[in-house]
Amino acid sequence: MFKVNGTEHSFEGLDPATPLLWVLRDSLGLVGTKYGCGIAQCGACTVHLNGQPIRACSTPMSAVEGQSITTIEGLAALDGRAEGALHPLQQAWIDHDVPQCGYCQAGQLMTAAALLKTTPHPTDADIDKAMSGNMCRCGTYTRIRKAIHAVADGGAS
Amino acid sequence: MTFSADSYFASVMGEFESLAPATKMQISRRSLLKLTGAAGAGLVLAFAIAPDAEVAAATTSKEFAPNAFLRVSPDGSILIYSKGPEIGQGIKTAFPMIIAEEMDAAWRDVQVEQAPINPKVYGRQSAGGSTSIPNSWDQLRRAGAAARAMLVSAAAKQWKVPEAECTTGDSIVMHAASKRQAKYGELALAAATLPVPDPTTLKLKTRAEYRLLGTRVSGVDNRKIVTGQPLFGIDVAMPDMVYAVYEKCPAVGGKVKRANLDAIKGMQGVKDAFVLEGNGTVSEVMPGVAIVATSTWAAFKAKAALQVEWDESSASRDSWTGAVLEAQKIAKQTGKQSITKNGDVDAALKSAAKRLEAFYSYPFLPHASLEPQNCTAWFKGDAIEMWVPTQTPERALQGVAHVLGLEQDKITMHQTRAGGGFGRRLVNDYACEAAAIAQKVSAPVKLTWTREDDMRHDFYRPGGFHAFTAGLDAKGKLVAWRDHFITFTSDGKSPVTGGNMPPAEFPLLLVANSELQQTMLPLMTPCGSWRAPRSNAVAFAVQSFIHELATAGGRDHVEFLLEIFGEPRWLPPANAGALNTGRAAAVVKLAAEKAGWGKPMPKGRALGLGFHFSHAGHFAEVAEVSVDAHKHITVHKVTVVGDIGPIVNMSGAENQCQGAVIDAISTMMNLQVGIENGRIQESNFTEYPILRMKDSPQVDVHFIQSDFTPTGVGEPAFPPAAPAIANAVFNASGMRIRSLPIRSQGVSI
Repeated sequence: MFKVNGTEHSFEGLDPATPLLWVLRDSLGLVGTKYGCGIAQCGACTVHLNGQPIRACSTPMSAVEGQSITTIEGLAALDGRAEGALHPLQQAWIDHDVPQCGYCQAGQLMTAAALLKTTPHPTDADIDKAMSGNMCRCGTYTRIRKAIHAVADGGAS
Repeated sequence: MTFSADSYFASVMGEFESLAPATKMQISRRSLLKLTGAAGAGLVLAFAIAPDAEVAAATTSKEFAPNAFLRVSPDGSILIYSKGPEIGQGIKTAFPMIIAEEMDAAWRDVQVEQAPINPKVYGRQSAGGSTSIPNSWDQLRRAGAAARAMLVSAAAKQWKVPEAECTTGDSIVMHAASKRQAKYGELALAAATLPVPDPTTLKLKTRAEYRLLGTRVSGVDNRKIVTGQPLFGIDVAMPDMVYAVYEKCPAVGGKVKRANLDAIKGMQGVKDAFVLEGNGTVSEVMPGVAIVATSTWAAFKAKAALQVEWDESSASRDSWTGAVLEAQKIAKQTGKQSITKNGDVDAALKSAAKRLEAFYSYPFLPHASLEPQNCTAWFKGDAIEMWVPTQTPERALQGVAHVLGLEQDKITMHQTRAGGGFGRRLVNDYACEAAAIAQKVSAPVKLTWTREDDMRHDFYRPGGFHAFTAGLDAKGKLVAWRDHFITFTSDGKSPVTGGNMPPAEFPLLLVANSELQQTMLPLMTPCGSWRAPRSNAVAFAVQSFIHELATAGGRDHVEFLLEIFGEPRWLPPANAGALNTGRAAAVVKLAAEKAGWGKPMPKGRALGLGFHFSHAGHFAEVAEVSVDAHKHITVHKVTVVGDIGPIVNMSGAENQCQGAVIDAISTMMNLQVGIENGRIQESNFTEYPILRMKDSPQVDVHFIQSDFTPTGVGEPAFPPAAPAIANAVFNASGMRIRSLPIRSQGVSI
């Protein structure tokens, strides 16, 4: 058993070595978490394991037994936000028109959300350090940094 | 001056077109509307009505759909179809903005959907060469203007007032004298009964009248992106879908001799494994082994266990290190071909006060879009339905039809958002493979390439070499220029895609005595268009060497460049898609001004300039860079100035420029693939380290919004960044970079 975005799932009979990424995408239909490299290099598959950002492509199902996972589809509902409301970072991503192709952005958002939990008012250096595991092939880094600052400065989290 | 789409295509899209055998439309954009009308279902001859049954039916019942690009519902909602592929360049937002502007629609009323693939209705549907905007500008404006004219006409009839007295704005028609107004939604049904005006008679807005164009509009898919909704090809899911992988020979041209298919078929989750012989066309299906499984992971695992013995008797044995040695050997020889010759270079060099030589090189590159190549296909006996993240859906249709031996009308193809393009998805090999696999599977099948597949089976940006010789007169003026360009050929006749240099390449037409020679080395490795093809590499070599010349002549780089540009003129003449030296000078001057050219700098820190014209865009960039004693480079800021005419979406255009600069830094600093024994040496991001946020600088973007036809911005901001940084590195440290990536020379970022 493990929880995804608050819902319990069982995966009996599944190879315990299966990476979480493919269970999310192929079995649960939660395709917001992306495949980019398969070796924890690009960060497109970032999800939260008990609030910590992890790489779903390199996390076997055996490691999430009894744990709680949050994916990009569950980010908005975190902290008891009403249905239809967005996480402030998601809103900031829209306001700053961050995405280009958009493929990496779910991972970027999950990492940024975890950063603001531990460091509500990050410096540029804090942001660079936290976000440097997430690649953006389109080069939207300038706007990601701006959007994170905007949320931190706005006092929302 | 009119914008010549055809010559523009010929100049910037040579490589793009050479891959497209059949359907280059031989019609001007203006006549396109008439043609599409004639080919349509016929409600009104002069304008396009989609033959698509759903759209046509909606036109006559409960909505106003004057053409295939838009519908207005009585509830006031406006649906606009974006005809071209969205690959991260923002076209799904920009195209509808152009229509909405001419329509005077309030952006908040607009919803956007991806148009079906139907070139008969929509004209060219592709994303490449930064041509989407210039090729569709007139067509989309007239689509919007037609709708506006009909809504005005409906209101004028209702109110019994002259149309000329009606004005529009914010999705409303107004008649000031009688203080009447009606929302577009209220007029929709009446407008739907009116004849569609001749698109050539419509009055289009002047730039001063724009309300939406030039403003900052957030991408129309952004909400779905940030909430993780399915959008991309790889997100497609069907009931009972199975998952496929495809293993090809690591050296292109290899065939399957034998494989452990029985062992693979016995693995958990594997449903089938089989050999495809392919059709031997590298842009369609090459030989390989397909594995079909119940999940992506089961397929990936089986692929890792797959053992294939390849027949490499006719496979590639390309070697990059071999090519480098050969290029160095022949650099000083006369090139085998003379591409262009102006004046007398030998005489000018002989009498030059200063003569300079330099050898530049750059490596092969994969596209590395973050979404790996993938495609979902469902073969249904005598027809196939497909979901393809592609830049060229029309070409995908042709390829699949060819591979399956089907008529194109038996193929239903859906465009999905693509997780990056960069030119990779101009070629649809992955779609052809998915179709070929689907033909053998009685269920919808999603083919997913692993990252390793993606890096090893690309159509690469070709590496290349430039052996320059140039001369300056006693005043430091450039009087002679020779470039011996060493590139690759796969057919022995012409350079590989993306590895050509035209006779008009800067600065050949601007130096009295200039020559471009070419020598081609043989190559089997497939090459393709890579963001700003040719320019992405040539700009580094040419603009760095120009800086070397300026320095050697004791000249200021800005002045030296302006002297080369000379008087404002078009080169070649009479083509708005060509270099305009006046526009070039303007972007260089403004970039220097905005970056503080000439300002005092601490030791080890300096500015550097790069200029390049490509894809009809004039761009100058100034980089501010520090170099420390350990050859560690910090890029503090890059100032970008571009002239691409009026800006459609300021936010999108700026984003493209910022991204292009970061992409360029990433590429020049760190990126290359080697080729040995026909095999690409790199396979994942550990060996292909794309720039991270910590190394990305501030990028300031400024546009000179000239009155020329707007042109694309996905590519032209890329080329000047590398020379700007390389020139800044020289100014800061005296270290001259003549080979990319920099990291191969003990330099780090």
